[in-house]
This record gives sequence, structure tokens and C-alpha cells, in this order.
Amino acid sequence: MSTVAETQIKLTPEHDARPGATVRSRLQDLLPKIVLAPSFAATIVFVYGFILWTIYLSFTNSKTFPSYAITGARAYQRLWRWTFESDPPSSWYTSITNMGIFGFLYILICLALGLFLAILLDQKIRGEGMLRPIYLYPMALSFIVTGVAWKWFLDPGLGLEQTLHQWGWTSFHFDWIKNKDFVIYTVVIAGVWQASGFIMAMFLAGLRGIDGEIMKAAQIDGASTFQLYRRIVIPMLRPVFLSAFIVLAHLAIKSYDLVVALTSGGPGGSAWLPSNFMYEFTFKRNEMAVGSASAVIMLMTITAIIVPYLYSELREKSR
Amino acid sequence: MSAITSPARQASSGMHARTINRIVIYGLLALFAIFYLMPLFVMLVTSFKTMDEIQNGNMLSLPHAPTFAPWVKAWSEVCSGLTCVGMKGYFWNSIKMVVPAVLISTLLGALNGYVLTKWRFRGHTLVFAMMLFACFIPFQSVLLPMATILGSLGRFGVTLQNATGFNFGLGNSTVNLVFVHVVYGLGFTTLFFRNYYEAFPTELIKAAQVDGASFFQIFRRIMLPNSLPIIVVTVIYQFTNIWNDFLFASAYAGSGDVMPMTVALNNVVNTSTGVVEYNVNMAAAMIAALPTLIVYVVAGRYFVRGLMAGAVKG
Repeated sequence: MSTVAETQIKLTPEHDARPGATVRSRLQDLLPKIVLAPSFAATIVFVYGFILWTIYLSFTNSKTFPSYAITGARAYQRLWRWTFESDPPSSWYTSITNMGIFGFLYILICLALGLFLAILLDQKIRGEGMLRPIYLYPMALSFIVTGVAWKWFLDPGLGLEQTLHQWGWTSFHFDWIKNKDFVIYTVVIAGVWQASGFIMAMFLAGLRGIDGEIMKAAQIDGASTFQLYRRIVIPMLRPVFLSAFIVLAHLAIKSYDLVVALTSGGPGGSAWLPSNFMYEFTFKRNEMAVGSASAVIMLMTITAIIVPYLYSELREKSR
Repeated sequence: MSAITSPARQASSGMHARTINRIVIYGLLALFAIFYLMPLFVMLVTSFKTMDEIQNGNMLSLPHAPTFAPWVKAWSEVCSGLTCVGMKGYFWNSIKMVVPAVLISTLLGALNGYVLTKWRFRGHTLVFAMMLFACFIPFQSVLLPMATILGSLGRFGVTLQNATGFNFGLGNSTVNLVFVHVVYGLGFTTLFFRNYYEAFPTELIKAAQVDGASFFQIFRRIMLPNSLPIIVVTVIYQFTNIWNDFLFASAYAGSGDVMPMTVALNNVVNTSTGVVEYNVNMAAAMIAALPTLIVYVVAGRYFVRGLMAGAVKG
């Protein structure tokens, strides 16, 4: 794209000849940068500057208010100790264990369900235009609304359990949302409900992008539908798998609202994710340094996933 | 086997298998449609029932005598904590926050995208990469410094108020949230417009330059009139995200009459004083959900496109 800059130079030599016009033409040349500058400056200060600030705070002894005397990596040492404190579980242990369970199941089920629905919808379905929006609309809802709806739906006294009892299946028992060992799985259910339709749309777009000729050739060679998908279509969807994984991993690590709205943190904080841990320790338990340290750990986890991805994306595009 | 059966028989058994196949596919699709619709359906029917019917009836049954009372109560009377003034105030808080935040971040994104594609300079990729990465950070890592800054700006606003009689919006929660959402939405809006303008013919820009059009003239006369689809995508994306935000809202406007909708809804549902009125809660949730649902129904195609673009590759 350097051609743009070159032509500009060619277009503007007469500016220099005219007296008094130089300042204006200089300004014209600078104008694009001036326009971009506030946004870039805001990013530098409010994103990168604030991240450094948070990192700094994580090395202090801040409690209710920030204190700026560096006291070393105490906050990290505490988190490290809590990482192994499983009996009784520390809130950090609970948070990261939940993150593992939630992240794994949420990503896996969303990918599987999304792919499955996309393949079903790709079989020349009548009424596809009606079904697609039905699968996808939850993505337009706030996590808070999703949480409220599922809280009601999963409530043992009012929701699914009671309904099935009324229908005669009185032995049916489903109280995960009130059970400290299972509450995190209800977060998985609601999360999957919200995001899987979008993953379906991503896969469907990928499927529609595959050359029909390849499919036809394989069918002529006698491949069954199952083989066709396993051997040819799914391998060709690899870039979509990657994008979907990135989206889901990112959503999973950021999940905060859903836990709050669906479970209010669960019995004794048993549904916490690291994001809830961070919020509670920073703003409610007056352990600002520990909260900051947990935020830094979250950031590093996301960075480890996102940076290689963005790097390859941008390099691919500039090629 | 195939030697004995006639070709016609074979064809008909093939048809038979195909029919079963189709039934299974449609059955599965319908089953999942029910799965996705169920919570919304339950929420909707519950919001039209009386408490009596909720406690004695079935969650899935339609209301016997639909009543709008829960909606009216949710809008104008329901309690959030100890204040019982309904959701209407919080609804307007959200509107007052969303509209300026969406407009400003979209306009800035358009300008940034325009500069980053048509007025490139050394290091433009780095600038873009840095803004893009900002989209993906967990906001927990900036939450506390921003709270500190907003707090001191608020104190400064009080000083200004005392000195000049006007606080210039400093310390106002709505202004704060608009600012926060603009700053942390810039990455996405810039991404959308940059990718869109990348494909826009540079020859047109050059021709306009030859004709003496200035930077802003080209933007206004050439770029903007050709950007309608991406503007719609960006506005919808930002609207949905900002309306649905809970983290920033709870951190910077988490109590009192300045709460946006999502925070107020969460408080309403978790208010435990007196009898819990599920029908009112569900009506309140529907009110919080309606704006984004309506946008989705009206412009779903653009909504999906925005989500896809947000996934970088899609």
C-alpha cells in the first residue's frame, strides 16, 4: 500500500512553490495522523498504561485503597499457595478448577453442537431461514437475561423439576443449581445455550464456502455421507475451528456476568470463575493486590491464546 | 443381494431410507429449536401469569388469563434493593449511555479505518495491531485503574462544581460509562471499518485528490456514502455489546438511581425482601432483553455479520 504515499508526494509538489501554502499543506499531510492520534493515545493510556498500572498494583500491598510502595510478589505467592489448597478449597482453587471445567466443556460442546447443527442445516433444509435465527438469537441477549431465564428454568421448586413432577415423573431430581459440586455445570448449560448458535453460524458459513465440485467428485467416487464429512469436509473447516476456538476461549475467560446472574456465585462461592474472584477480592474483600494479581494472570492466559493468532492473521493478510 | 432385487425395488428402498433420513434430520432440528426457544418461551409466558398461577400451574402452560400487570409493575413499581420505582429510570439510563457511546465509537472507528487504509504511514500495522489486541483483553485488567481515575475525576468535578457552578460532566456516571465504552469499543469499530475500507478502490480516492478534495471531503463525500452496510453492522454490534454490558456498569454505576438496565435487573432479581414475584422478574428481564431482541429481529443479518467480523476471520 505504499503506492498511496508515493502518489501523494507526486500530487503535491506545487504546494511548495506557493508561498504561505506550506503550512497548510504540511497540516494536510499531518491531518490523517492527527485524526488517528486521539484513538491511539486512548489505547496506549487506557489499555496498555492501565495494564501496567494493574501489574504494578499486583506487586504492592494494596488493600482497600491503592498503595504504591512495592512490596514484592506477595500477592502471587498467596495465589500460588491457594492453587494447591484443595481441602477445604480456597476461593482461588475453586475459581481455577471451575475455569478448567467450564472452559473445557463449554468450548467442546459449543464446537460439537455448532458443527452438528451446521451440518444438519446444510442438508438442503426447507425452512432453514426460519431455524437459523432461532438457534442464534440467544447471542443477542445479555448474559444477565440469560442467567435470569435459566435460573428460573433450572430452579428445583419452579422449573424443569417441578414440571416433570407434574407430568408424573416424580422421581426426577435436578438441583444442580443449588448444589455446590454441580453448580458450575449449570453455567456450562446456559453458556452453551447462548453461544452454540453463533458457532453454528460460523461453521455454516464455512460449509457454504466449500467448493461443491469437490463434494460431487467424492460422491461419484462412492464416498458415503459420513465419510464425506469426516474425510473431506471437516478437515477443510480447520480455519473455522480455529476462529471458533479463539472466540469461545475468549468468551469463556471473560465470563463473569453469567455466573453472577445465574448462580449469584453459587453456594459459598462454588461457581466462581477467576473473573468473579478478581471482582470480589478487589472491590468487596479489600484485597486489591491479590485481585490485581488474578487479573494479570487472566490477561496472560488470554494473551497466550490471542497473540499468536492475531500475529498469524495479520501476517497472512499483509502477504 | 443386489443381483436378486430388481432395480425398481432397490430404488424404492433407497427412497425409503432417504425419507427416514429426512425425518430424523428434521426431528433433530426441531428438537434443538425447542431447546433454544424454551427459556424465552418460559420467560414470556411467566411474565403474563399471576403469582397464583405460577405457584400452582405448570411452567410450560400458557397463561389462563393473560395479565399485563407484571409488566406494568416491572416498568414502574418493582423494587431494586430498597428503592421501588420500577425499571423505567434504569431503562433510560441505558439509553442515555448507549446512544452517545455507539455514535462516538462508530464515528471514530470510521475515521480510524479510513486513515489506516487510505492514508497509511510507517508503522500503521503496528498501530492497528495494538488497537486490535485491545479488543481481546479481559477488562478485569483495566477495571481498577479506571475506577481510580474516574474517582479522582469525580472529585475534581465536585471542585469545579463549587468553583464554577458546573461540573462539565465529570463524576456523572452516564458520562463515565459513555467514555469507558467508547475507549474499549474503539478496537472493534476500527477493525470493522478497516477491513471494510481495505476492499474499497483506492483509485477513487486518488482521483478525488487530483481534483483537489481534502482529507475530510473525501471522507464525507466518498467514504461515508459507501459505508452504509458496515455502519449498520458496527452500530448493531456496539449497541448490543454496550446495552448488555454488566462488568463496567456494575463497577462504575453499581448502585443508586444511576444504574443501567443490566445492573438494575440483577438487583431486582436478587432482591430478597418480601415475596419474590417471579412474574414481575420475568417481565423485567423481558424489558431488558427487548431492545437487543428487536434489533436482532429487524436486522439479524447485520448482527451475524458483525459477530463474524469480530471473530477476525469468521
